Amino acid sequence: MPFIPHTESDVREMLATIGAPSIDALFEEIPAALRIKSLAGIPEALTEMEVGRLMQQRATRDGRPLNFLGAGAYEHHIPAAVWAIVTRGEFYSAYTPYQAEASQGTLQLLYEYQTMMASLTGMQVSNASLYDGASALAEACLMAVRANRKSKSARILVPAAVNPTYLDVARAITEGQNLKFDVLAYEAASGTLRASSLDAYQGQDITAVVVQQPNFFGLLEDVDAIAEWAQANNALLITVVNPLSLALLKPPGEWGPKGADIVVGDGQPFGVPLSSGGPYFGFMTTRMEHVRQMPGRIIGRTVDLDGKPGFTLTLQAREQHIRRSKATSNICTNQGLLVTAATIHMSLLGAAGLEKVAAASQMQTSALVAALTRIKGVKLAFSGPRFHEAVLQLDRKPAEVLEALTLRGIVGGYDLSRQYPELGNALLVCATEMRTDEDIAAYAAALSEVMK
Amino acid sequence: MQVMKVMQEPLIFTHSRTGRSAAGQYPQAAAAEVPEKFRRKQRAALPEVSELQAVRHFTRLSQLNFSIDTHFYPLGSCTMKYNPRACNQFAMLPEFLGRHPLAPESASQGFLACMFELQEMLKEVTGMKGVSLTPMAGAQGEFAGVAMIRAYHRARGDIERTEIIVPDAAHGTNPATATMCGCTVIEVPSLPNGDMDIDALKQALGPKTAGIMLTNPSTLGVFERRIQEVAKLVHEAGGLLYYDGANLNAILGKVRPGTIGFDVIHMNLHKTFSTPHGGGGPGSGAVGVGERLLPFLPVPIVGRDGDRYRWLDARDVPQTIGRLSAFMGNAGVLLRAYVYMRMLGRAGMQRVAEYAALNANYMLARLQQAGFDAAYPGRRASHEFIITLKRQAKQLGVNAMDFAKRLLDHGFHAPTTYFPLLVPECLLIEPTETEAKEELDAFVEAMVAIQREAEQDPAKVKGAPYTLPVRRLDDVRAAKQLDLTYQRG
Repeated sequence: MPFIPHTESDVREMLATIGAPSIDALFEEIPAALRIKSLAGIPEALTEMEVGRLMQQRATRDGRPLNFLGAGAYEHHIPAAVWAIVTRGEFYSAYTPYQAEASQGTLQLLYEYQTMMASLTGMQVSNASLYDGASALAEACLMAVRANRKSKSARILVPAAVNPTYLDVARAITEGQNLKFDVLAYEAASGTLRASSLDAYQGQDITAVVVQQPNFFGLLEDVDAIAEWAQANNALLITVVNPLSLALLKPPGEWGPKGADIVVGDGQPFGVPLSSGGPYFGFMTTRMEHVRQMPGRIIGRTVDLDGKPGFTLTLQAREQHIRRSKATSNICTNQGLLVTAATIHMSLLGAAGLEKVAAASQMQTSALVAALTRIKGVKLAFSGPRFHEAVLQLDRKPAEVLEALTLRGIVGGYDLSRQYPELGNALLVCATEMRTDEDIAAYAAALSEVMK
Repeated sequence: MQVMKVMQEPLIFTHSRTGRSAAGQYPQAAAAEVPEKFRRKQRAALPEVSELQAVRHFTRLSQLNFSIDTHFYPLGSCTMKYNPRACNQFAMLPEFLGRHPLAPESASQGFLACMFELQEMLKEVTGMKGVSLTPMAGAQGEFAGVAMIRAYHRARGDIERTEIIVPDAAHGTNPATATMCGCTVIEVPSLPNGDMDIDALKQALGPKTAGIMLTNPSTLGVFERRIQEVAKLVHEAGGLLYYDGANLNAILGKVRPGTIGFDVIHMNLHKTFSTPHGGGGPGSGAVGVGERLLPFLPVPIVGRDGDRYRWLDARDVPQTIGRLSAFMGNAGVLLRAYVYMRMLGRAGMQRVAEYAALNANYMLARLQQAGFDAAYPGRRASHEFIITLKRQAKQLGVNAMDFAKRLLDHGFHAPTTYFPLLVPECLLIEPTETEAKEELDAFVEAMVAIQREAEQDPAKVKGAPYTLPVRRLDDVRAAKQLDLTYQRG
């Protein structure tokens, strides 16, 4: 019996101790009419060898295409040591550190993680993770409504160049709580938000302003001006950032006169494989003044009975298992194992290493843009400063181009035409440090053929 | 007594030296072009360590943890069963790891086939009509469930239904979820025998009832015997029934929530289907629904046209409650659950509930024979049960927390303590089906030894643990003198 250790004599002895005639008798409190005999729709068991063969066949079928797609998930080098340690049973098969004395490894790691994320984002405190970047934005919006006591409107301004799926998720998760999202158009020429377009909201009750840096098009927003506007208008500033970009870019804690209020994003670029979209992890950092409004678990350092330092879950009075219907969020389990990966990843790369990875990604994206825009019918949509993604405009439908590239073993980018019809035949492309000059040449050659 | 080697590991920041790095891990030549106004001026305070220092540090940290792989971990309501290594290995095949979430469907048929079959298997075990895999944890599955219930009533123009009924024994996530969905929570008490108070339920039901959230078997470790009556009453009042799948392990292959009359269920794949708990996640909270809620399922869902799999989104499911994650949820966790279900197969899934119940009832019987008090004597345990230490607390001054901490010294992770809230001084114990009898016996013997110690030297028990990396921590200080990040210098 897979994974069940009982011998026949174990079962006999155990039933005798219980005083039950059979295992079946243990289910006697369940009304007979409800009980089923078998699960006809479930296939027969496979051995590990058989399931391994099946999974390898399925994996091989999908292959390993050359990837130039980002749009919120990025292919980076992951040091071998990261997952070798992450999958150690002591991390992999432990649970939430409710028994702090038996979980100091996880707790200390989370404290180190909080320290690293706070420093990276230029903020004072970090939680121990949320589910992903999109749901983290939803939580940030709910948090802003709680934290901004000057505002009664629950009205949040969101530029259209914020990842549109993040906005969809934020709407879905906050649906029951009457938040109002006002979407702000980006400037057609630059692909970024003009701070002056916020002036239409001057003097109105705005709870928070969201800005994504770099934005969904890979472009750098004028975050200082947006931060300044938010602060002048008593709105909190929520920022969505790619954590890797912060190795190069000014951290949100330094934007405008007093910095951002809530910083969220997806931690996937730090040691987490693409893996079809998850598990990733969402991060959230904030100012100390908002810490009691922050959702999710927080780890604190304290001392034990002997005065020795140790780590524990803290500020639990915010959480559902204590506060129940009055909790800051219903979140319970988060993405601990992915945070483990990210913490090891950040430690191995260091700030200098991350800076190199970020720089190499930006360089390769520039090389990609240069190579692809040499092709007839391909031009760059926006010329402003960017990180590692760029919008290209094609003279035909991106969907058709992408399908033709797939046949050539290339995942060519993200079709923007459905969510941003005003951009025409727009394609979002990405190159990280993983894409070599040869890879870029291969993409250019394939695209030339397709665009003929 | 098994003694853990007392260890301590300094913070990674103390290993850091300026200029040190794992230089083989990143490209050396790159230079960025960032205009002055956007540029970072001071590097983040990340550690500067060698690869070996990082590996040794995090390996040592791991050794400070209890885990299923190293310790019996009978944490009630969490289903800490063995996480088969094969599930991890096959979910981490390079093609699966490298697959971009937005990769074209034509280059994703292998992955999508696994997801489609997982949906079908989950429909089969729950008796539901449709499944969405996208919720990223149990709490998000709960959110999806209540949001669908709300959407259902609203689509019928029944906008007054905003009350969610929750038993007093429910997980804290239930009321928190209802609030998050804009609902009001109405609590219904449990009877002394562990069943729900049906008269109180009748009082609570009315024209504002949106639905009821139930865990069955409940968190009290017993099966709600009048569940059919509950279902009938709620449906007659116009409400829907939500099944919290936290305890699905107890009835896997024995009862289908859909057959009982539940309209929606979330499953904790990290419990019942053995995906790893990872020190606090990732979880996975797939939802299943009956006919009435099919139009509202969160997207994306995997559909099949002939022999081709494809994503269904809001264009296919126009009344969907929407997207809950940037992509499709915790895909890698879903692959692990898929592998686990294929390895268990039809008969193996029924054995899960059978042996989980056998282990729980055996431990309960042995602990009762050793003089411990069951919270619900005379009831069958489900896959878990509650021991109350009210008597020990009163007579000896040794409470559930003290027993829990002393168990750590004996090499056992503590059961869940002080939950459910309505049972005083409780230990909620869930052994799971993957533990051998010897392990259960050893746990019972440890409890007996602690009881004896509590009678002879209660202070000793109250001071536990003694053999772990730290002794009891000052939680009050942690909350009052907040130290949430390391400050250098």
